[in-house]
Amino acid sequence: MSDCRYQPKIVAFFCTWCTYTASDLAGISRLAYAPNVRVMRLMCSGRLDPQFVLAAFRYGADGVLIGGCHPGDCHYQEGNYKTRRRIELLRAVLRDLGIEDQRLRLEWISASEGEKVQRVCNEMTEELRMLGPVRLERPQRAVAEPAGESR
Amino acid sequence: MTKPKIAFYWCASCGGCEEAVVDLGENLLTVVELVDVAFWPVALDFKREDVEALDDGELAAAFINGAVRTSEQEEMAGLLRRKSAAVVAFGSCAMFGGVPGLANLYESQDILDVVYHEAPSVQNSAGTLPAEHSRVAEGELTLPAFGASVLTLDQVIDVDYYLPGCPPPAGLIASAVTALVEGKLPGKGAVLAPDVALCSECPRAATKPDKLLVRAFRRPHQVFIDPELCLLAQGLICLGPATRAGCAAACPGGNMPCTGCMGPTSGVIDYGAKALSSVASLLDADGEDEITARVAEIADPVGTFYRYSLPASLLHRRVRPAATAEKEEVAP
Repeated sequence: MSDCRYQPKIVAFFCTWCTYTASDLAGISRLAYAPNVRVMRLMCSGRLDPQFVLAAFRYGADGVLIGGCHPGDCHYQEGNYKTRRRIELLRAVLRDLGIEDQRLRLEWISASEGEKVQRVCNEMTEELRMLGPVRLERPQRAVAEPAGESR
Repeated sequence: MTKPKIAFYWCASCGGCEEAVVDLGENLLTVVELVDVAFWPVALDFKREDVEALDDGELAAAFINGAVRTSEQEEMAGLLRRKSAAVVAFGSCAMFGGVPGLANLYESQDILDVVYHEAPSVQNSAGTLPAEHSRVAEGELTLPAFGASVLTLDQVIDVDYYLPGCPPPAGLIASAVTALVEGKLPGKGAVLAPDVALCSECPRAATKPDKLLVRAFRRPHQVFIDPELCLLAQGLICLGPATRAGCAAACPGGNMPCTGCMGPTSGVIDYGAKALSSVASLLDADGEDEITARVAEIADPVGTFYRYSLPASLLHRRVRPAATAEKEEVAP
């Protein structure tokens, strides 16, 4: 990357029917957007286990973006509604654990909205750039372990 | 034949786990016939030197309860690890961090400030704080170091078996000790409890609706709880669906919702995330504003879903604000 500013890492979970297709459309339409987003394809945003979000943060993500079908458009009727409830509750938990609201973003992006993928990815990258990296800690002992005894 | 030697020890805990051993009642006498208790600070007058005098691995098992925060607890855990063939993390605190683990929501300095300065019942005009070393007329006094976070036992030492519960149910303790004496313990790393969800043994299970939807969440003091009906169907946050069985659903049986002390079933990495997922999907609300309002009604979300497991969770503790965190290199 020639850009030497801080580059946040974003893990994105896109549903295969809407948002993932939209990101394909963005690519086919030659819409350039921030390369900070790593996309994982799920069959439905409802497949998103909140554990995935926490694992993303634990293993180095600075933000997590979830993309699903617009309300009423879910291929499986109500997967996106369940996601909306889970993410709202997860956000409340993360807030109390010191992870800012902007680091977890849920967007409804239909298959035709390639430019929305571009806009959301760019916006989120800029917002996280302002926030800086997440600094998660590993468990630390009160007394440092003597060398050679660590597991 | 010499009887196998066992040890009980407590770290950061309330004493309830010790109580649970005593709760074995007359069965405790059977246990004492089968094993020699070589160390149990709460009940017997053995000292640290007695443990140090043992050969490495001489104890058949050490049952350690409580989370770990101080250097003393780390040392004792390490000592018992060396002297024991098997270490059992006994109870939710040793296994997941437990209620003391909620201290990971705060900085250690904030905790000291509240306890030694700000609490309304404290008179400390000299501003005295506990110090690892202090000099008095008689010489130097020392206290254990206070760690930055609460840890689970297996974040400090290697653990062979896990016995969950706050405290572990007497039946599970008895079967663990029996398995130990008979040499029938399962493979290393096993949780000595059933691997199914609590609902499977809940007396209210039959009243759980097929399609469970909750209009609004309620707390136990806000409703008259029906003693028969599924607690989730009454709008109470019961964590039974996300929690391991083994306690005979003691809390739902006693008209209180499950708070998740038995931890998750196998395959779940982060108990709180799984528990909040199961609760959130029951919410009967679709609009964004309505969902936000319903979620805001859940008091203390971390304390509700991570009541026993914050130190064991993927995040482990509250993220320190950027101002106190070390500067990190930002160049790619």
